[in-house]
Amino acid sequence: MPDLLLEFFSEEIPARMQARAADDLKKMVTDRLVAAGLTYEGAKAFATPRRLALTVQGVPSRAPDLKEERKGPKVGAPEQAIAGFLRAAGLTSIDQATVQADKKGDFYVAITEKEGKPALDLLAVMIPEIVRGFPWPKSMRWGAQSAKAGSLSWVRPLHSIVATFGPETEEPVVVPFDIDGIAGGDVTRGHRFLSPGEIQVRRFDDYVAKLESAKVVLDATRRMDIIRADAKNAAFAQGYELVEDEGLLAEVAGLVEWPVVLMGEFDKSFLAIPGEVVRSTIRTNQKCFVLRDPQTAKLVNKFILVANIEASDGGKAIVAGNERVIRARLSDAKFFYETDLKTPLEARLPKFSQIVFHEKLGTQEERIARIVALAGQLAPLVGADVAKAERAAQLCKADLLTEVVGEFPELQGLMGKYYAEAQNEDEAVAHACEDHYRPKGPDDLVPADPVSIAVALADKIDTLVGFWAIDEKPTGSKDPYALRRAALGVIRIIIDNQLRLSLNKIAKPELLAFFADRLKVQLREQGARHDLVDAVFALEGQDDLLMVVRRVEALGKFLDSDDGKNLLAGVKRASNILRIEEKKDGKSYNGAVDGKLLDAAEEKALASAVATAKSEASAAVAKEDFAAAMTALAKLRPFVDAFFDKVTVNADDKEVRANRLTLLNEIREATRAVADFSKIEG
Amino acid sequence: MANATSSAPHQGSLDPTRSFQGLILALQQYWADYGCVILQPYDMEVGAGTFHPATTLRALGPKAWNAAYVQPSRRPKDGRYGENPNRLQHYYQFQVILKPSPPDLQQLYLNSLKVIGIDSALHDIRFVEDDWESPTLGAWGLGWECWCDGMEVSQFTYFQQVAGVECAPVAGELTYGLERLAMYVQGVDRVYDLNFNGRDDDRRVTYGDVFLQAEKEYSRHNFEHSDSDMLFKQFTMAEQACQKYLEAGYSADKAQHLMALPAYDQCIKASHVFNLLDARGVISVTERQSYILRVRELAKACGAAWLKTEAGGVTL
Repeated sequence: MPDLLLEFFSEEIPARMQARAADDLKKMVTDRLVAAGLTYEGAKAFATPRRLALTVQGVPSRAPDLKEERKGPKVGAPEQAIAGFLRAAGLTSIDQATVQADKKGDFYVAITEKEGKPALDLLAVMIPEIVRGFPWPKSMRWGAQSAKAGSLSWVRPLHSIVATFGPETEEPVVVPFDIDGIAGGDVTRGHRFLSPGEIQVRRFDDYVAKLESAKVVLDATRRMDIIRADAKNAAFAQGYELVEDEGLLAEVAGLVEWPVVLMGEFDKSFLAIPGEVVRSTIRTNQKCFVLRDPQTAKLVNKFILVANIEASDGGKAIVAGNERVIRARLSDAKFFYETDLKTPLEARLPKFSQIVFHEKLGTQEERIARIVALAGQLAPLVGADVAKAERAAQLCKADLLTEVVGEFPELQGLMGKYYAEAQNEDEAVAHACEDHYRPKGPDDLVPADPVSIAVALADKIDTLVGFWAIDEKPTGSKDPYALRRAALGVIRIIIDNQLRLSLNKIAKPELLAFFADRLKVQLREQGARHDLVDAVFALEGQDDLLMVVRRVEALGKFLDSDDGKNLLAGVKRASNILRIEEKKDGKSYNGAVDGKLLDAAEEKALASAVATAKSEASAAVAKEDFAAAMTALAKLRPFVDAFFDKVTVNADDKEVRANRLTLLNEIREATRAVADFSKIEG
Repeated sequence: MANATSSAPHQGSLDPTRSFQGLILALQQYWADYGCVILQPYDMEVGAGTFHPATTLRALGPKAWNAAYVQPSRRPKDGRYGENPNRLQHYYQFQVILKPSPPDLQQLYLNSLKVIGIDSALHDIRFVEDDWESPTLGAWGLGWECWCDGMEVSQFTYFQQVAGVECAPVAGELTYGLERLAMYVQGVDRVYDLNFNGRDDDRRVTYGDVFLQAEKEYSRHNFEHSDSDMLFKQFTMAEQACQKYLEAGYSADKAQHLMALPAYDQCIKASHVFNLLDARGVISVTERQSYILRVRELAKACGAAWLKTEAGGVTL
């Protein structure tokens, strides 16, 4: 069966858009093929800085014929109905319809056969549609044709399109189309500098091979592999180790068609700057990799650059040029770093009075004051020294005003730590400057030092309280202030450090529901049931997240046991009866059970078991032994079962009935020592 | 025999790899050969070559336009009292504007690098994504930073919108950072050490000889002494004059405009005065946005007026 080869050859496509564009191209083409009835065997898309390419193998040369059946009126129907049917079915005479029979009798059926179109014709329509509707994040117009409205747009000027179609055994044909003067063809070009001439291609196999000999590696994964391997080897050969960076690798692979790895060096004196600053300078500004000493794990004064050409001097001029730029950049960074060190962190603070944190939430200065107060309030609760926590909170944002962080925002916090250390702050204070931002994501570490914990919680809770107060809550996929991450951070800090905090005392109660939601998500990801979280939060005053988690754990284990499952069934039955009867009577049965009214042996036994279980469970909960509380409740199970088995709740005697309902309520109340069982599913 | 002159030039004095002015002349020659009109700098203070009416206004409307020129660019905030090796409050841009953008613009650009001594067989030249936007001009375009061995040496932009108007056709804009390029080809690390006139004898003049004193003086002026009261007034005056000229320039039926260029001068003026105030630190963060918006409104109104002029495409 024939194969399709497509290539869109353009001016340089931004590196960050290439992978997505390749995926989009594949999806757009294959979706349309399938919709046209052209099922294919396989497809793969590629991107380089100058081309998007796609190969689709095993496309049928023709779409399948379509047989359409249209049911018409009964035989002998009025003439008007027959005429309407003929018109709708495109027939000229009723003789062209067949007659079929069903239960109601004979009726006409029009069978029309539509011949499937040749794939080539379908492609000739499909490809221009895809080009015009391509979902580039940003696209542009260019050239003389852009004077006309509705002219073609692409990510950068599009120069040519290869579109060939044909079976392996034959010469493929060019798919005929013309998009604003760009016709389907079979000619592309090689590397911009190393092999700029035209190349005629037939199908994917020779396309890849010809590109390769024209110094273009089509597959981004292969370019990444080449860069990674060459960079590692170059580092190893000199006794160093590459500091791997997959994000940078992907970006660099999107900037070259023919990767050539070269090594350069910079003056050793720059290694006096913190390694992260050196790395950010070299990475962000120059898109180069740094190397380290495998023994000490410290950076060395070398870098790896990836050029796009095999230069006629072996790369000497390129290395020299890059070294000059990196020298200038590192000089700037060194200057920034040294300038920063001259100003103590606290001396920067007055400037925060000029900087608005959020229009409705005041200046950064006001925000820092709030964090200081809250960190001081939290400190004794998390075992931190109050003075240190307040000092750390005071300083923790100061590095935002430093030159280095201005240049490299990703170093916020880290630079604060370095500058705090340089001015001999207490170690815990310095670490809090960095760690109070943690955890920054699901894989990030959670602060463990009490001072860091106090400031990290204060920072996050202030953010949450503030944005809640101005009604900027996250909605759907929108969470511009990363409030979900902040709440999850609070939860992780509390749980991982086993902190006992009553959230209602430090945050507004409305926030508790948000924490509950995030906790549910978190626990669900760990495999816990979200309904159990609801069952615990349904109890009064559950604002101690650690206790909530412990309860949920104990509840989960309990409900996995037979005792748990049966007790749950019994409690649900009791609750259901109560709900119905209470509604009917318009009153609730929450008084005490009257022992004198107990009649049947099973209800007497249950009443005494409930009383025992209730007091045992409450005692266990008071000791925070939730497993023991569950065990106490488990003892209820046979009594509940026996009660429902033998005793009629809705007794004729009104008083007996009321007393029995009160007893059911007691079961419910007893279980409320650990959770609201009515919220549990199943 | 175009090179035969009566007094023989000093050997190498116009070699673009040894002379700053030689580099400028080489670029001018190259783009003149291509068919550009070689203009002189606009005679007002601007923040970038784009502000020159030969770019901002000529980019609008249907008429073809190919021009190249050097434009001194003022960035009051970037002054460093002459102490930073590559930051200046006044520097030169070489600006090329081609409308419509020709299909081989990238190759034209690469060829121009060759004439100033940057050979693509030896140097790693890259087109790295850079979306250009000028909030004050209400303009944006897509293109690249052009890198040579890891250094940004030019901006390459396909204008999509200028002064709030869609470009039809699209113009291609090249902006060469002349000092950077010269430093690169001359192998100099400090801008003030650039050889300006290409002489190696006692007539050698460096960039520092020409501009160092100016950098110091203007840094003092921009950061410490510029008269803010006067500048605030000038801003308002320029804004009002721009609006006045725009209104006065329209024909009765609004089909024609007869004073788009003088009005636009006042827009340029307002923009530069704003930059001076900003450098002086007398505009707060919140006010800043509103000043930018005010300049943009002027630029947009000037663009709209330009489209009603002959050069803007109106047939008289």
